[in-house]
Amino acid sequence: MRPITMERVEQTRAEILETIKSPVLTHEQKVATMANKADSLMEVLDLPEGLDELLNESIDTKCICDLNEGHAPVRPRYIIPDYAKFMREGSEFLQLDPPKDLFEALNSLLIFYKHVPSVTNFPVYVGALDELLEPFINDVDEETAKKLLRLFLIHVDRTVLDSFSHANIGPKPTKAGRLLLEVEEDLEQAVPNLTMKYDAELTDDDFALQAIKTSLRSAKPSFANHKMFSSELGEDYVIASCYNGLKLGGGSYTLCRMILSNIAKRADSLKDFQEKQLPYVMDIMARYMDARIKFEVEESGFFQNNFLAKEGFIHQDRFTAMFGMVGLAECVNILMEKEGKSGRFGHDKEADELGVAIMEQINDFNEQHVNPYCSVTGGHFLLHAQVGLSDDREVSPGTRIPIGEEPEELFEHLKHCSLFHKYFPSGTGDIFPIDTTVHKNPEFLLDIIKGSFKDNLRYLSFYSSDSDVIRITGYLVKRSEIEKLRSGVAVLQDTTALGMGAADNCRIEERKVR
Amino acid sequence: MTKYPVNKIILFSSVDGPGNRTVIFLQGCNFDCKYCHNPETRRLCIGCGTCVTKCPAGALQRSEENGGQVVFLPEKCVSCDTCIHICPHDASPRIRPMTAAEAFEAVKRQMPYIRGVTVSGGECTLYPDFLRELFALCKEVSLSTFIDSNGTYDFASDPELMAVTDGVMLDIKAFSGEDHLTVTACDNRQVLKNALFLAEEGKLFEVRTVIVPGLYDTEQTVLETGKLLKDYCGQVRYKIIAYRPMGVRESYSHYPVPEQALLEDYAERLREMGWRDIVII
Ligand code: SF4
Ligand code: SF4
Repeated sequence: MRPITMERVEQTRAEILETIKSPVLTHEQKVATMANKADSLMEVLDLPEGLDELLNESIDTKCICDLNEGHAPVRPRYIIPDYAKFMREGSEFLQLDPPKDLFEALNSLLIFYKHVPSVTNFPVYVGALDELLEPFINDVDEETAKKLLRLFLIHVDRTVLDSFSHANIGPKPTKAGRLLLEVEEDLEQAVPNLTMKYDAELTDDDFALQAIKTSLRSAKPSFANHKMFSSELGEDYVIASCYNGLKLGGGSYTLCRMILSNIAKRADSLKDFQEKQLPYVMDIMARYMDARIKFEVEESGFFQNNFLAKEGFIHQDRFTAMFGMVGLAECVNILMEKEGKSGRFGHDKEADELGVAIMEQINDFNEQHVNPYCSVTGGHFLLHAQVGLSDDREVSPGTRIPIGEEPEELFEHLKHCSLFHKYFPSGTGDIFPIDTTVHKNPEFLLDIIKGSFKDNLRYLSFYSSDSDVIRITGYLVKRSEIEKLRSGVAVLQDTTALGMGAADNCRIEERKVR
Repeated sequence: MTKYPVNKIILFSSVDGPGNRTVIFLQGCNFDCKYCHNPETRRLCIGCGTCVTKCPAGALQRSEENGGQVVFLPEKCVSCDTCIHICPHDASPRIRPMTAAEAFEAVKRQMPYIRGVTVSGGECTLYPDFLRELFALCKEVSLSTFIDSNGTYDFASDPELMAVTDGVMLDIKAFSGEDHLTVTACDNRQVLKNALFLAEEGKLFEVRTVIVPGLYDTEQTVLETGKLLKDYCGQVRYKIIAYRPMGVRESYSHYPVPEQALLEDYAERLREMGWRDIVII
């Protein structure tokens, strides 16, 4: 462990005091913030040379961002427990036998969730709820089942205080899945985030149409291209956190992101960007991730001591890491300008082709880079289109077209998405607010989902332009909760603050309504 | 190759038949509905030139070789709609002449996102050759084919068209012949014949009525249409459309907008008759 200056200690102490006194943080949010402050004093990672100048800079110049993972990772960033095993076998550590009916199943899950760590301290994955609950769903009559699911989901929303928490349903229709969708339609809650794995050959239209109806009330579920994900990650993949494809019983050690637009600013020409700047940053970020993973696996003791690993709910060899990027749009526009060209990302063939070329270069790099602890994904990281942070300025999430510049036609917009979604097995997605006064026809959206997935899109989200729950970048927030926080009142979920920041800085409310 | 006057193509539509569809609007109509919401689609341009000088974007020109015909330059158009508002002939200069094969290409681009194509107007059945040719091409790539019609075309007389048409959305503008004359200046016997013929063929997807209180007997129209098609009410949708003055010619824009309660009442009474799929917009 390397020493640090007293000045840094004093500054951190001041920040901790400020946290303690904060009028808008709940007790849990204060504890979590203070833990992060304490962690920031640690210096244990074997950092690559040159990292400091790329990482510890202001938001409009930094090229690498480690998304608040801290200096001494005490657990992997995203953990995906095998809940089905828990349902089959119970847990010795939690002193729970396998559940025998719906009451026990829901109770056991709620207990388990409180013991699944993550970067946010809340579980980023709460299970394939339809498959987990289907064996129990006929234990009680339908009305009672709905009541139980309702209470369960309210419990999750009010105790898993972070909407990076994700449940999955589908691809096959089930009674449990249908009831969950009906209850969610009614509840209009931000947590958990929900994805329907969709495959036109497995998911029947009625099930998908119910999901669309639910999404136009409560901004979820989103729709994942099951064929695409399962061909890349195998049948046992899950969608967690925002929209991240990961292995069941595994997860992601870490997620770092490159801010491509800031890398473009450093370059004096396209050639310089492609030959020097981008390769330099990719190399340092990959080695930084290697260092984080090495500490987690070899030193933190997490995989040796945590009950999740000891009881086989997770396996270290099913973990990988996510190599993220943001701001492709701005990067392309900056490089086009540097080349004296006016074409813009999302509107010009040459600009879009440059975007594809940059993605190919990142993909090639990733396929060359080997990490010994990512064998589940061939020894490589998975590319991830990161959704942005609330304090990002002039940086669009992943490969998205900037808000306010969306193509006039939804068709053109989707065609553009189809150029980029394929690069990101660990997640990307596009979001479309829908004017439900015009589109009273859920089959319209179903056709768009079907077509999109045939056309290589990976992940789509819709919400009604007038609903309370809205999708910020990947996660959900209630407009009404943002308003409370804005007026200076503490609110339950920590993602509300992120949503407020994003609404102020990233023009979320100005997305083109379709 | 015959070119047909295409007024507009909507790439994705949720309101013109089942699922997501590309819609082609053809220019020209044989009705004269008082409440027409797109009066500029009614007639073909006669080349009077009035709009050419008024276009603020220079998107309209007269072609000297072609006897003064108006040429539309879509790249320059700023969609201000000045031309269609000032045209004294209920026409539009923004017409793209297209062959059926060209129209098909413009539809095919949207695959696989769309389920099919709908041709609307104006009144698209004024161009049955276009419909037959376009739909035959669509069938080859498994796109479904719908027609949006005022019902004046004798569908029964065109088995070739019916063979490539999956469904028709039919306007029932008024039920009694007299009322129909008031609303459209045309007779409606063919319309009602078509309603039954198409329903029997299983090709009547939707009937729709624009409710304009005071213009004609709206109650009678909805209820009698409901009765006429009672045997098919499990398979046909009834779309009840509230009149709105947007886009309507000034001399006819004074009608009141119907109360929501009235529309709900019509829907309820159709439901009592056994209709299930009723949409109010
Ligand atoms: S569109 Fe109307 S105003 Fe313009 S030239 Fe044709 S008929 Fe005349
Ligand atoms: S809408 Fe008509 S008047 Fe306006 S720019 Fe286009 S062509 Fe010209």
